[in-house]
Amino acid sequence: MTTLVEPQGALAAKAPARVKKVVVLGSSALKIGEAGEFDYSGSQAIKALAEEGIETVLINPNIATIQTSEGLADSVYFLPIEPGFVERVLEKERPDGLLLSFGGQTALNCGVALHDSGVLERLGIRVLGTPVDTIKTTEDRDLFVRSLDEIGVHTPRSRAASRVDEAIEFAHEIGYPVMLRIAFALGGLGSGPCFDEDELKDRAGRALAHTGQVLVEEYLAGWKEVEYEVVRDRFDNCLTVCNMENFDPLGIHTGESIVVAPSQTLDNHEYHMLREIAVRTVRHLGVVGECNIQYALDPSSRAYRVIEVNARLSRSSALASKATGYPLAFVASKLALGYGLDELPNAVTRKTSAFFEPALDYCVVKMPRWDLKKFRRVSQRIGSSMKSVGEVMAIGRSFEEAFQKAIRMLDIGARGLVANGTDFEFGDLEEELTQPTDQRVFAVVEAMRQGWSVDRVHELSRIDRWFLERIRHVLDLEGALKVYGSNDEIPPEALLEAKRAGYSDKQVAVLTDRSFEDVWEAREQHGIKPSVRQIDTLAAEFPAKTNYLYLTYHGDDDDIAPDPSGEHDKGTVLILGSGTYRIGCSVEFDWCCVNAARTLRKLGYKTALVNYNPETVSTDYDESDFLLFDEISHESVREIYERLDASGVIVSMGGQIPNNLALKLHDSGLRILGTSADSIDSAENRHKFSSLLDDLKIDQPDWAELNTIEEAKRFARDVGYPVLIRPSYVLSGAAMAVATNDGELETYLDRAALVTPDYPTVISKFLVNAKELECDAVAKDGELIVYAISEHVENAGVHSGDATLVFPAQRTYLETMRRIRKITREVAKRLKINGPFNIQFIAKENDVKVIECNLRASRSFPFVSKVIKHNFIDAATRAIVGEPVSKPEKGAFDLNYVGVKAPQFSFTRLEGADPLLGVEMASTGEVGCIGDDFNEAFLKALVSVGFKLPVKSVLVSAGPIESKAELLAPLRTLRRKGVTLYGTDKTASFLQDNDIDVQRVEWPLETDGASATTLIQEGGVDLVINIPSSEQEREITNGYRIRRAAVDYAVPLITNRQAATRFIDALVRGAESGLQVKAWDEY
Amino acid sequence: MTSVRESTPAVRVEPPTARPEVHRARILLEDGSTYEGVSFGRHASTSGEFVFCTGMMGYPETLTDPSYCGQVVVSTYPMVGNYGVPARDHADPIDGTLESDRIWVKGLVVADYSPWHSHWTSRGSLGEWLDDEGITGVTGIDTRALTKRLREHGSMLGKIVVDEADCDFDDPNIENLATRVSVREPVTYAPTGNTLARVALLDCGVKLNIIRSLTRRGVEVLRVPWDHPVDALGVDGLMISNGPGNPRFLRSAARVVRTAIDDDMPTFGVCMGNQLVALAIGASTFKLKYGHRGQNQPVREVGTRRCYVTSQNHGFAVAPGTLPNGWSPWFENLNDGTNEGLRHESGRFFSVQFHPEACPGPVDTAFLFDRFVEVLTR
Repeated sequence: MTTLVEPQGALAAKAPARVKKVVVLGSSALKIGEAGEFDYSGSQAIKALAEEGIETVLINPNIATIQTSEGLADSVYFLPIEPGFVERVLEKERPDGLLLSFGGQTALNCGVALHDSGVLERLGIRVLGTPVDTIKTTEDRDLFVRSLDEIGVHTPRSRAASRVDEAIEFAHEIGYPVMLRIAFALGGLGSGPCFDEDELKDRAGRALAHTGQVLVEEYLAGWKEVEYEVVRDRFDNCLTVCNMENFDPLGIHTGESIVVAPSQTLDNHEYHMLREIAVRTVRHLGVVGECNIQYALDPSSRAYRVIEVNARLSRSSALASKATGYPLAFVASKLALGYGLDELPNAVTRKTSAFFEPALDYCVVKMPRWDLKKFRRVSQRIGSSMKSVGEVMAIGRSFEEAFQKAIRMLDIGARGLVANGTDFEFGDLEEELTQPTDQRVFAVVEAMRQGWSVDRVHELSRIDRWFLERIRHVLDLEGALKVYGSNDEIPPEALLEAKRAGYSDKQVAVLTDRSFEDVWEAREQHGIKPSVRQIDTLAAEFPAKTNYLYLTYHGDDDDIAPDPSGEHDKGTVLILGSGTYRIGCSVEFDWCCVNAARTLRKLGYKTALVNYNPETVSTDYDESDFLLFDEISHESVREIYERLDASGVIVSMGGQIPNNLALKLHDSGLRILGTSADSIDSAENRHKFSSLLDDLKIDQPDWAELNTIEEAKRFARDVGYPVLIRPSYVLSGAAMAVATNDGELETYLDRAALVTPDYPTVISKFLVNAKELECDAVAKDGELIVYAISEHVENAGVHSGDATLVFPAQRTYLETMRRIRKITREVAKRLKINGPFNIQFIAKENDVKVIECNLRASRSFPFVSKVIKHNFIDAATRAIVGEPVSKPEKGAFDLNYVGVKAPQFSFTRLEGADPLLGVEMASTGEVGCIGDDFNEAFLKALVSVGFKLPVKSVLVSAGPIESKAELLAPLRTLRRKGVTLYGTDKTASFLQDNDIDVQRVEWPLETDGASATTLIQEGGVDLVINIPSSEQEREITNGYRIRRAAVDYAVPLITNRQAATRFIDALVRGAESGLQVKAWDEY
Repeated sequence: MTSVRESTPAVRVEPPTARPEVHRARILLEDGSTYEGVSFGRHASTSGEFVFCTGMMGYPETLTDPSYCGQVVVSTYPMVGNYGVPARDHADPIDGTLESDRIWVKGLVVADYSPWHSHWTSRGSLGEWLDDEGITGVTGIDTRALTKRLREHGSMLGKIVVDEADCDFDDPNIENLATRVSVREPVTYAPTGNTLARVALLDCGVKLNIIRSLTRRGVEVLRVPWDHPVDALGVDGLMISNGPGNPRFLRSAARVVRTAIDDDMPTFGVCMGNQLVALAIGASTFKLKYGHRGQNQPVREVGTRRCYVTSQNHGFAVAPGTLPNGWSPWFENLNDGTNEGLRHESGRFFSVQFHPEACPGPVDTAFLFDRFVEVLTR
């Protein structure tokens, strides 16, 4: 028999790899560019392997993740993703397979290093999935371009030139404009477009006077940016699961772009041209599993360029998974094991196969969340490098619906595109559109409001006209709504049209001058209610039993009916998630939500999770009975609660967003489970909480709420400087700050223009040289059930999210511990706490003061739970629903080991940011490591966040005199151990005066020659200790130059005196040689 | 290269302040269910067989596909019209992107019609095009709810009543639609480059991209009416097109196919062509519980691990158990296991239920045309 189509690959393929034990590499701490999406992908990989009966070993120091929770991997190592440590784990565990593509670039780099050093070959370990050679081809620009050339796929054309005429020749070849790239920015001479030969000649000439080479590249700015997520199995079956189009044009990093799925402005020809290229490219490269391909597409022809291929799970793949319901990471794991796509079931329908391309009948909008105001000296402009710290994904049946939802989800105070009052104002609109910042969409709105045409906005912003027209549509509706005054009834058609364009009740209320409740009532009256819709992967072509849901006003019916309550049914409990990750709220709250859901399911409750963050595990639809991928707002939660006929809602797991909704939801008649809304309010309201503490005779730092600068000064003089200034939340607001005198106080309050009666400022006494401690606890009906007291390495003044946490506390007086326990117990009793809570303390000489109390799970819950091996969230959840809670068998004093949680900063990504710690949180993630003693755990944690050992040379700027004094002894020992010390000016003199051998280096601003920064740039030091001399350091200073150089050249930096002392102490005690490779369950 | 500015005028349909006149449209299905929306395109009542399509793009291709003759298409993807419509010369059988020179659907139902459109090839809005060709569009419909109903009840007759102007149900399936969509007289299409082979194309409602797929590969195409005998044409092979309606009206076409196979003429059928091959060789077809209507239909080549994503639009499938000796299933649907293609052991006659010519949809199976050319030139 003749076969027309030869079975390509199928018969040639070998049988699936039989692996018994696989090591999975995680992505370590969350950082800008590498965030929660890898908890999602790693967790799915582990589930996929476990289903096959394969033993899984996970290495990831990110202790707050779900993937490092009990019951997932067979063993977990809280160790650095660094070739040295990973090699030791591999030696010990002897797996036969390794998964590299589920832990971001961190895991990929580490795996490639282990491959290159021959470790994998020596230990007989196979990299599963995409081969290392393929990974290397995608990572190396030259190899990549050459490989794609072989199959006629276009990449951006570029050439290096060392002479001006070479640059001109190439420019002539590719046509103007061209992009001129200069490797190093030279005094204002940066990369940029050249529109004609004269410009190129001038700029290249000037650049080549300073540097040996420039890069001339095709100028693609303004092209569309489009991505496809591709899967391929070892039988060469290949398909694209999702395509996505960036709202922002090329030139803005895709992580900084608003992304829409599926593409909206591509026609069939373009869509399938790019799809075919994706498939061809991925087959040629030989990816097995999942990858992402990014394109530039000319908006005025069929021309395209492949920008890059990521041969691993990525932020985009997490987004695509959530956008389509196709579990990319799970499927990629199975493909890595040797399965074919046709053998795997479609996880949503369970009837069809994984070899299919989802058809969406909705539109998804992803928006990045920035926190740029938290950083000093960082430009608000967005561009080719990533600065955002989180993202949201909104689902709707129209672009407007999804887009406005997404804006609200960002939690930046915006109600949507419109009805934001005067919160978003721009000085130079034209500049705002051509050089966008994090507020570009509001600039678009403002421009249109001022009558700018869609064409003009398009010319400036290069945002496709279709998107702009849709935004204009929202504005048109605003105009239509505004005609109704407070006494007019809004016609139901107008109301429905507004809801379909994504207007919230609050937006409608603001525009029509009435209350939010009035709008809600009007909707009830006219039956304008959202439909509950399924993400079913097949656009309703086949029936699907999926629990993955969203709300839309473009619907006549619901896809699901609430379960009729059976007799023994305990009802449906709503759990509110954490929303977008941002500084101060991240994967730790997702861990809490997921664990709460797991406990409730175990107890026989139906669970419904509400969250909209695509980089989470909580938004995996197998984690709850219902997943509502929608807003966590008063309005939506109420709708969902009604629709699912829920029996209660849990607000204490997802951080501050749900916590803040407690009172409103309670007032709307929803049953808040756990601690009452009134109690939550008593803890949140500063006045109420303060009098409660007074009542209980619990001490607190002096504080006052002030309306004028004079009052502030008077208060500061009364209690004595320094004082902590905490402005009320305003959109243009600045960070918290510490003032040490009248001048600073005045400058700060003046500059920020913060003191107005509308926004009172809270000022409190700032305690120096005091310890900070926290207690994470669970109470049931006011009785303390479990608690964990951790101490900070850094003294008070460093935000608790940036502090290094030690649990169990190692250096705290028993007396202090006893007092903390007592206070915790009293607060729990008074507020009748039922669930998780966290109290922060400040302690000096056993004098304990309460600085904050939150009646919700805190950032450190996963850390203490995993160290003590007692799941606090499980206990809290049981308490919340009134089920029996068991107390842990052992207390914190019985632990034979210590856990240390260290912050991860992303300053490298934030050009120009001053990496100085203060009262405002700046870290983007954290790790938690375990050791036999503090030093071991501390060093492991520091290596996990990028510290390098051994340390052979240190550059010290010791700061104020008390700090110099404190560092004296440790530095002396360090020198004695043979470590080279470099000191700046006074530090060098101080050390020399004390007979310590130190090499003096110049401050960078004091010399034209070699300075401290040149030392750093040339790799002359392994560590920089730079203790600032003032809490208010903001000017361009020598210290800033040094800190920035350290960050830019990836030299470990310590800016805190206590942390520096403890680190040196650990080094001189030789802790470095005792860093053991022990799994979590070996402690 | 022309600049974006010149080639893509942003067309706003109405000034921002003016509210367009609203024409209420009600969809009424034969089971009595109704859906309320607003018409666009031609504001006139119409009726036909309601079918849905899950493709997320490609509305110009879908609307001009003759297989939709007599049908009202419901788009499950909510936003339609985004990239406007191309110039009419896109119906060029050699260079164009449209599938015929006119719109064949009787109506288009969407959730959220986009009067704003933006694309460098756009020459007007979808609404304008529909109006020009007298076709009714409805927007503001919950197309997911409508699709669920069509899924469970199968395709249904229905009507769109605009501005309360009632009309009758119109059943396209009681007549032979091939006579409406097929060419009346033979037409020849020259290949690009050298002529490698000549085929007769039995036009049961051919999508132009089938012709393009052949001419681009050096095949001269002689497009003949749906029941035109091909034995005396002196061609190297027979291509049987897609097309609308019920294959039982096309017995005479099946006889043409029978003759060609008996004459050992290489034969390749697509969609309706697959069903006609089945009829020609005496196999039977049956109605699917859930039809295949989208651009994401997975098929596997029988006996291999090789899978393809295909574009499909059909409600009937060939019963593989009824295949005569020498014939076997070639492709199968991964979702429901139904037959997606037939082949003869000689390797000279084969057909597929899906659309290798794509447009709209994925181009994974375009290689089938290469195989056909191979057989033709062997």
